[in-house]
Amino acid sequence: MLRYIVRRLIQLVVVMFVLSLLLFLWLRSLPGGPDSAICGERCTPDQRVAMRHALGMDQPIWVQYFKYMGRVFTGNFGYSSGVEPGTPAIEVFLHRLPATIELTIGALIFAIVLGIPLGYFAARRKGGIFDNLGIISSLVGIAIPVFFLAYLLKFVFAVKLGWLPDSGRQSTDLAQPATRVTGFFVLDGLITREWDASWDAFRHLILPSIALGTIPFAVIFRITRSSVIDVQNEDYVRTAEAKGLTTQVIRRRHILRNAMLPVVTVTGLQVGALLAGAVLTETVFAYPGLGQATAIAFQLRDFAVLQVLVLASAATYTLVNLVVDLSYALIDPRIRTR
Amino acid sequence: MPLLEVEDLGVEFRRRGLEPFRAVDGVSFDVDPGQTVGLVGESGCGKSVTSLAIMRLLMPRGNRVTGRVSFDGTDLLRLPIRDMRDRRGRDLAMIFQDPLSSLNPVISIGLQVTEVLQRHRGMKQSAARAEARDLLDQVGIPDPDRRLKEYPHQLSGGMRQRALIAMAVACRPRLLIADEPTTALDVTIQAQILQLLGTLVRENGTALIMITHDLGVVAGLCDEVNVLYGGRIVERANRHELFATPQHPYTHGLLASIPRLDAPAGERLHPVQGSVSDNIPWTSACAFAPRCGNEVDRCRSASPELTAAPLGHGHQLRCFNPVLPDGAGVGATGGSAPVDSAGEAL
Ligand SMILES: Nc1ncnc2c1ncn2[C@@H]1O[C@H](COP(=O)(O)OP(=O)(O)OP(=O)(O)O)[C@@H](O)[C@H]1O
Ligand code: SF4
Ligand SMILES: [Mg+2]
Repeated sequence: MLRYIVRRLIQLVVVMFVLSLLLFLWLRSLPGGPDSAICGERCTPDQRVAMRHALGMDQPIWVQYFKYMGRVFTGNFGYSSGVEPGTPAIEVFLHRLPATIELTIGALIFAIVLGIPLGYFAARRKGGIFDNLGIISSLVGIAIPVFFLAYLLKFVFAVKLGWLPDSGRQSTDLAQPATRVTGFFVLDGLITREWDASWDAFRHLILPSIALGTIPFAVIFRITRSSVIDVQNEDYVRTAEAKGLTTQVIRRRHILRNAMLPVVTVTGLQVGALLAGAVLTETVFAYPGLGQATAIAFQLRDFAVLQVLVLASAATYTLVNLVVDLSYALIDPRIRTR
Repeated sequence: MPLLEVEDLGVEFRRRGLEPFRAVDGVSFDVDPGQTVGLVGESGCGKSVTSLAIMRLLMPRGNRVTGRVSFDGTDLLRLPIRDMRDRRGRDLAMIFQDPLSSLNPVISIGLQVTEVLQRHRGMKQSAARAEARDLLDQVGIPDPDRRLKEYPHQLSGGMRQRALIAMAVACRPRLLIADEPTTALDVTIQAQILQLLGTLVRENGTALIMITHDLGVVAGLCDEVNVLYGGRIVERANRHELFATPQHPYTHGLLASIPRLDAPAGERLHPVQGSVSDNIPWTSACAFAPRCGNEVDRCRSASPELTAAPLGHGHQLRCFNPVLPDGAGVGATGGSAPVDSAGEAL
């Protein structure tokens, strides 16, 4: 097991390395190179030379690459030019990270807490009304574009009904300003016992989480349903029945556990979709996370920030994959004991 | 008094848009305490469905089970499902064909054995563990302590079947149903498993229903044999008589298809020609007629009943024109010559 984890971590390093190389090449291939990308169109030749020197672009390419890697390792990606001008890109990333993690967790909880039980019940009553309703809503959930759903939710529940806030992470008119501890606002409120701040942050999370979590929900629902249906017909479930075990034990121990294997994989894959969905959701809800930063950075050609975001999302993706594989191994001894 | 009385058991599968299909049709047989009864027949003749119906393990929807299955005086088919669950694994247990797929791949062998003990014998974790260890030892699994911690994929095929047997006999059931327990195993392992089953039922006084398509298995293990075809019993006899004076053309076919050690090298086996898909319904004919070498006119116009066979005691037969040995007095040997009187002679 330990060897397995180590092997996966090495893989992760290799992936990150390849990615940084690609990123380096991408930066060099920007129209006119990074110098003009940073300098802008109205750059005098003198400024450009100075910029090229500052960027080290007058040095051989391999030197540039090593310097670049050095910067990557020290987290020195330069300064943001568009998202939060003048702030180091890595800081822009770091202080927005908790917001996006909070949102992603919210979306995943929404998707899992709804998707797995509903998928399970739909499978138990396969062909029933509930099953059909579930299938239809999951189809709608997959088909509906994220930004449209986000707008719809915002319009109905925030604008029209006014039940929930329509943007941001926390209201600005709290009785007393919230204390920041971890950057996770819901958690901060719980730690500092500022219940209203925590509750307010939670309310801000609801609509974006639903918007972002709908596709994963639909996917998890469907995979749970089909997986439970498959497992129900497995020989070992019949063996469990033949042993006279109680329905409870059969469901929990023999059906659910096996049925979770594909669900774990698919849930992991959904994290990729979440990263993409976060850009749209955060934009619609003016939610100050990495998705919003990505959108702005693209718009304003903030390459310093973009660089960090690309590397970070790749790292997230590989890390999530690792977590998925580990939990898979935890459930399935056939992998663990290999 | 028999331990198990199966009376007129019928299983009909109904699927939307399809004709109802009678997989088991009026099957009756008894099993005495400690007795081993064989259910024999080729693939698709309804052996598994019969055993699943007895255990009430058929899927709850899409089928209709009729008849009576009385176990120690209780009709299992009419028992509330809760009570049935209490009996499964405790009074009657089952072993399946494919040991790998019949074991849960993500749960340790230990838990799969102890869960039965905890369920039916109310054992605590540690006591169950110790008992499970003894059980594995009993069924001939070496190094049981290690095996308890392992998972099905880490065991060999024979070992897996032994583990399944351990789970089945964990609560000393009075009836054990083994559905082709050796088909998925190597020949040498097959013999070991059969021997183990024989020993276990003898030592514990367990009644055994042995399901197989292999008359060789029957020869080694069964007291009574029921030959099934198309969901009906076509011949029933004690083992000795079945092999000495088989009379149904289908049984003859099965016997001819047993590989023989003394057969000249290169001689081909003689499986019964045709396949189950050639069946015609029993309603007004003999389902075996399309494949039968002994067919007579009546075989296509009337359905034979299970009646006393011309030869033997308690030997029963469902055939208008049985195959009889030379000089038996009733008819010709199996083959071409139809004997019209055979049907009436029964
Ligand atoms: N759930 C089901 N729905 C419809 N038909 C079924 C179902 N289960 C079994 N059958 C049919 O019932 C018949 C008897 O099946 P059964 O499994 O009892 O055969 P078997 O004698 O055990 O054969 P094998 O040696 O292949 O195990 C077959 O024709 C099969 O197709
Ligand atoms: S002789 Fe007739 S009744 Fe007997 S098995 Fe053949 S077809 Fe059936
Ligand atoms: Mg079968």
